[in-house]
Amino acid sequence: MAERVGIYVCHCGSNIAGMIDVEEVARWAGQSIKDVVVSRDYKFMCSSLGQKLIEDDIREQGLTRVVVAACSPHLHEKTFRRACQNAGLNQYLCQMTNIREHVSWVSTDRQKATEKAKALVAAAAERVKHQRPLEQGFVKVNPATLVIGGGIAGLQATLELADAGYPVYLVEREPSIGGHMAQFDKTFPTLDCSACILTPKMSEVGQHENVKMFTYAEVEEVSGSVGCFKVKIRQKARHVIFEKCTGCGICVEKCPRKVVDNVFEAGMGYRKAIYTPFPQAVPRTPVIDTANCTWFTRGKCQVCSKVCPTQAIDYDQKDEIIQIEVGNIIVATGWKLFDCTRIPQYGYGRLANVFTNMEFERMCNAAGPTGGKIVLRDGKTEPRRIAIIHCVGSRDVRHNQYCSAVCCMAALKFGHLVLEKTKAEVYSFYIDMRTPMKDYEEFYQRLLEEGMHFVRGKVAEVTDAARLPDEQGSLIVQVEDTLLGTQRRIPVDMVVLMAALEPQADAKELGLKLGISCSMAGWYTERHPKLDPVATMTDGVFVAGACQGPKDIPASVAQGAAAAARVAGMITAGKVTIEPIIASIDEQKCSGCRICNNLCPYNAIEYDEEKGVSRVVAAMCKGCGTCVSACPANAITGAHFSNEQIAAELEGILWDAIADGRPASAAPDGSKAPQSTPVGAA
Amino acid sequence: MENFEPKIVGFLCNWCSYRAADLAGSARIKYPPNVRVIRVMCSGRVDPAFVLKAFSMGADGVMVAGCHPGECHYIEQNYKAMRRFYMLKQTLVAMGLEPQRFELVWASAAEGQQLAEAIERMTDNVRRLGPLRWAENWADDPQREEALQHIVKEHEEALEVIS
Ligand SMILES: Cc1cc2nc3c(=O)[nH]c(=O)nc-3n(C[C@H](O)[C@H](O)[C@H](O)COP(=O)(O)OP(=O)(O)OC[C@H]3O[C@@H](n4cnc5c(N)ncnc54)[C@H](O)[C@@H]3O)c2cc1C
Ligand code: SF4
Ligand code: SF4
Ligand code: FES
Repeated sequence: MAERVGIYVCHCGSNIAGMIDVEEVARWAGQSIKDVVVSRDYKFMCSSLGQKLIEDDIREQGLTRVVVAACSPHLHEKTFRRACQNAGLNQYLCQMTNIREHVSWVSTDRQKATEKAKALVAAAAERVKHQRPLEQGFVKVNPATLVIGGGIAGLQATLELADAGYPVYLVEREPSIGGHMAQFDKTFPTLDCSACILTPKMSEVGQHENVKMFTYAEVEEVSGSVGCFKVKIRQKARHVIFEKCTGCGICVEKCPRKVVDNVFEAGMGYRKAIYTPFPQAVPRTPVIDTANCTWFTRGKCQVCSKVCPTQAIDYDQKDEIIQIEVGNIIVATGWKLFDCTRIPQYGYGRLANVFTNMEFERMCNAAGPTGGKIVLRDGKTEPRRIAIIHCVGSRDVRHNQYCSAVCCMAALKFGHLVLEKTKAEVYSFYIDMRTPMKDYEEFYQRLLEEGMHFVRGKVAEVTDAARLPDEQGSLIVQVEDTLLGTQRRIPVDMVVLMAALEPQADAKELGLKLGISCSMAGWYTERHPKLDPVATMTDGVFVAGACQGPKDIPASVAQGAAAAARVAGMITAGKVTIEPIIASIDEQKCSGCRICNNLCPYNAIEYDEEKGVSRVVAAMCKGCGTCVSACPANAITGAHFSNEQIAAELEGILWDAIADGRPASAAPDGSKAPQSTPVGAA
Repeated sequence: MENFEPKIVGFLCNWCSYRAADLAGSARIKYPPNVRVIRVMCSGRVDPAFVLKAFSMGADGVMVAGCHPGECHYIEQNYKAMRRFYMLKQTLVAMGLEPQRFELVWASAAEGQQLAEAIERMTDNVRRLGPLRWAENWADDPQREEALQHIVKEHEEALEVIS
């Protein structure tokens, strides 16, 4: 039986009608397109009267398909789908075509615009006849949530959800939660002590009845989709039995093996082979670093096992894979520091008294390797002059184009700490001073008053090659002072490099497991940069904190809370709608070539060894259609974007070329086409 | 020929390029009306068969537009589209199609201006080339027969390598 198509051409006031002869389009469609039983134009289709027009026609004229030629489907597809649904027509039997954004607003010639509109209407009409009714699915939302990364952003998200009464699994790669904030001494701009505001949150998370924490653990595999993700977590072997350890720390104290701590102490201090990263670590359970432990490397020692009062040491412990199920995932994996040896002219790694910002943070920290004293690499000499170089690896086309957002403020914080703790002169070498958040500019003013020196210019070089007598034994900072317009050589004792924040080395890899993408720079991409900053393109996966882009602590906390609120909303709703636009494979046609298997970025296609055919896991398919267009056997169908539908659309869109007989030889002048040959009649 | 207006089919991905076209509209950027848009979810959905079909139905040009590499809504499907595009383009050019008739464009949802410029450029190029008349012209070119056989041979060789 032939379909009964209704066509509705919108004037949009004069937005469309001003450039397109909408009456002519409607008249033409009614006459020339096969199976069209109603074709109307109307002032405002999206108004309630416009919608009613469609609803009445469906009921009275028995329409089986609807085409609305109006604005972008991104604006009003839902509106017209709902109207159809109201009148008892499946919403996927309604097709919108965009004659406003894509035609009237971009055209200057009324006749040509009208022709283009006709082609688009014909395309929609041909396509809609091949559309199939589809049903949206629902999945229940598992109330548990996985948070990846236990920095401040992840902790905030965890607490918000746990306090609301929902179970949270928190996975942290390091032996303790806390993230970078645990390494800091003070935090700008208020200079409150980092540990004082962070550690209460850490212990709250550690003790929360709704939180199950996995530290020294990583996400191994993620399958499933929003509402019901299945996650495999690799709990790395601690070699300390979590349940038995009381956290007394005697093993750490007695361990004879000292190791340079490149993670928490940023290479500035030591830890033992069995260790917790810092005294307030949560959990208190230590881990054995098997690469350095003498029992593991040389088969000697076992001191820790001898001294442990609860027999918690287990040298034979193996990695464990733990399976959990969650409804949503929040990614809060933060950032890593730019490797300063990539800019050799700044001398890091070659000149002893060139430090990174993180080294300097540790040095300022009262609990750090120097007990909070600012001293040269020799551990005792107090510097007389300190240079702080901004934008190391940021705002630099050779490394990272972006601004790391926090370095100017951290440099000011360092300036303050130097002036507070020492008698040294301190210089900031900046390109632009960026202090846009609340109370930040005030902090800059404060440092100007406190006597920090500011030199505007990008440092060319840090060198120990003295040219003048008073440069002997110093590090010389060579810079063009762009305010004075002169080259300057400033001798100092210590240089601090404000290294950039970079995406984690494994950000992309983890992104692939989760089905979320990274920007060119490597930060996770949010669904919308302004209007949807914590959601991602993958439903049920949210991002928070610096993994989405460099940001300070307040912004990371805000995002952590925002992501938690989004998840809580999903849990309260209880179920999510699943778009039916997905691929499916006809087992009869599938040859089992497996070409499609590797094409899917969501691993949604599985291979049935027994039957020798591939199969799409509906819940995991996102409907991109790439596999559909790759299958040599034409065995895959993409719902709502099938080969037949697109072929029909092509036939409509090129109706005039086809009708011309001689393809594309004349101007697209509809009047030339024989009106007696309805489009799609062939 | 003076009045020749090419008909170009544009396959635009739903997430970036279709939105770029929406943006061009909202910004009232003017460009020639010759590209007629078919929305696909991703540039990865563009089956080479669609392109061939469009040409055989009388299109003078085909444009495929998607998100920038690394920014595909489906993570990396535009890389797959890109591979397919170059393979198909090479084949079509070997068969005598002018390269300007088949173009791949990256346009993010923010690049309405860039998309409009790409459309303008392609329309100008194709207008200069004149109508394609693929079906008709096909027969009278002896070089095409040769090229076709060459492609078939290459294909067979490639299959041998794979198996
Ligand atoms: C020198 C310096 C000083 C700063 N000082 C200040 C300041 O004074 N005030 C301020 O507001 N901001 C400051 N910042 C910025 C601050 O560091 C960030 O805003 C903050 O760290 C962001 O928190 P986060 O939770 O997003 O990331 P992070 O602190 O980086 O935490 C991420 C956590 O995720 C874990 N993780 C990473 N990958 C994985 C994985 N695959 N699986 C499991 N876990 C993983 C990490 O181990 C880490 O614990 C400073 C930055 C620098 C460089
Ligand atoms: S590409 Fe097609 S034939 Fe090959 S395994 Fe996938 S569905 Fe089957
Ligand atoms: S349509 Fe895309 S997401 Fe769905 S199975 Fe095919 S490749 Fe995977
Ligand atoms: S969604 Fe735009 S190219 Fe894939």
